[in-house]
Amino acid sequence: MNRATLTFALLLLLALPLSLLAGRVWIDPASTPNAALILSELRLPRAVLALVVGGGLGAAGAAMQGYLRNPLADPGLFGIAPGAALGAVVALWFGYAASAWLLPLFALVGAGGAMALLAAIAGRTGGIALFTLAGLMVASLAGALTALAISMAPNAFAMSEIVLWLNGALTDRSWREVWLAAPLVALGVAMLWRTGRSLDALTLGEPVARSLGIDTSRLLWLLILGIGLTVGASVAVAGIIGFVGLIVPHLVRPLTDRRPSQLIVPSALAGALLVLVADSLVRVLPLVTELRLGIALSLLGAPFFLWLLIRMRSGLA
Amino acid sequence: MTLAAKNVSLGERLRDISCALRPGEITTICGPNGAGKSSLLQALASLLPLDGGEVTLDGEALAGHAQRAKRIGYLPQAPEIAWDVTVRSLVELGRIPHRDVARGPVEAAIAALDLTAFEQRRAQTLSGGEQARVLLARVLAGEPEWILADEPLAALDLSHQHALIGHLRASAGEGRGVLVVFHDLAMARNHADRVLVLNQGRLVADAVPSEALSVERIREVWGVETQWLGEEGKRALASV
Repeated sequence: MNRATLTFALLLLLALPLSLLAGRVWIDPASTPNAALILSELRLPRAVLALVVGGGLGAAGAAMQGYLRNPLADPGLFGIAPGAALGAVVALWFGYAASAWLLPLFALVGAGGAMALLAAIAGRTGGIALFTLAGLMVASLAGALTALAISMAPNAFAMSEIVLWLNGALTDRSWREVWLAAPLVALGVAMLWRTGRSLDALTLGEPVARSLGIDTSRLLWLLILGIGLTVGASVAVAGIIGFVGLIVPHLVRPLTDRRPSQLIVPSALAGALLVLVADSLVRVLPLVTELRLGIALSLLGAPFFLWLLIRMRSGLA
Repeated sequence: MTLAAKNVSLGERLRDISCALRPGEITTICGPNGAGKSSLLQALASLLPLDGGEVTLDGEALAGHAQRAKRIGYLPQAPEIAWDVTVRSLVELGRIPHRDVARGPVEAAIAALDLTAFEQRRAQTLSGGEQARVLLARVLAGEPEWILADEPLAALDLSHQHALIGHLRASAGEGRGVLVVFHDLAMARNHADRVLVLNQGRLVADAVPSEALSVERIREVWGVETQWLGEEGKRALASV
């Protein structure tokens, strides 16, 4: 266990109980009426879902940056998140929002479709450039279809549902979403963790990695499946939550020796922490309606990204 | 112990090439730009899919050879270090085929290239010459029987070139087979045991340096009139 894993695990242990108590109403377990019920049926599933979603996005970001050897890569680039979002939007378009299972199911089908398309285009050759381009193409196609669905929404209600949903949130989620997403994300993180050695070898470029015995097409499949499961499941239960996969590896990297394999587990922990803290903050903020988590993270993430670019430009990163 | 190419073909790049490397020797590949030097080296490292022929290690086909990564170390032409890892971590990457980070070979490689004082330095703070040493140490840490290096001298100044050749010679002295691509014909003439000359994808010479790089051959392959100066082992090439 490296220093980063330990640091973020400890921070999570501190943050979790605080986040359970925090909200529009602060809970005092001794005096708040129905405290046990609120905690077990509202706050705890929401917190666990934040951990699951954040963990998946953090690990996916670390693996993605390692694979593309680019600190500016984000799992959204692969087109899997936009694919999942398109699936969910289709469900909303047909008015399936009321059904608890159909929306996440459609989102998972969308993520699966994006994965299949990626694999069909880039899977056989295993080249990084082709893969990136294929990902961008899938992302823009899914984005265009989503925009089409919004512009042709059957009624104003469906349209506002779609737009609201696209700005991800963890509001009113229950254990049902946790049980849906947690196994998929866990399986995905395990797959990404298994890519560690190959990602380390890629530090020296693709030909050297192959000379070290790395099977680059197996690596690509593990990544597509790992990112598909983590990101697809996250989008299915929480909508689009951007920037976590981009920011988190940067927070973790200085605490490690910078080898990609050392980043995946601590990035999962740091992603969980970031989403948990951000979701607690949006609950506490004294606004008329709760700020959407996706918007809050983008408000945090975009300036961070700019700061990163400026730092890289001045050669300090 | 041999690493050999048998009738290897790859489009226009390699045409029906057969050659065998011997352990304990430095073999160099020379030829004009586009002659197929890097392609032959990568084919011997089993990094290129071939159109025809095969590469064998001790008589066994190399494609799908489980031991390949442990036995052949490859040093690419344009070095790439994507992340700012420490020198130690970088050298440890050489152990990936063995699935361990055995201290012995890693420390031996670091010591062999005089990198002990650098162990905790970050890769991006190294100069070109230091980087070249670290990347060779990465190859040595894998304890390969064969070292295949693609123009390892390209980015180095004269003193670092000589130092690196010294390290390659030491590796050959320990019984490894070393194959390097050299652009500098004088380097090849002075430091190689054997020279393979390629021209337009064909192997036109496979001999000791004085024979493979005769002025007649240089005229025929490179189209330049030259003359060798100096005594054997310290030759310089002058154009006439």
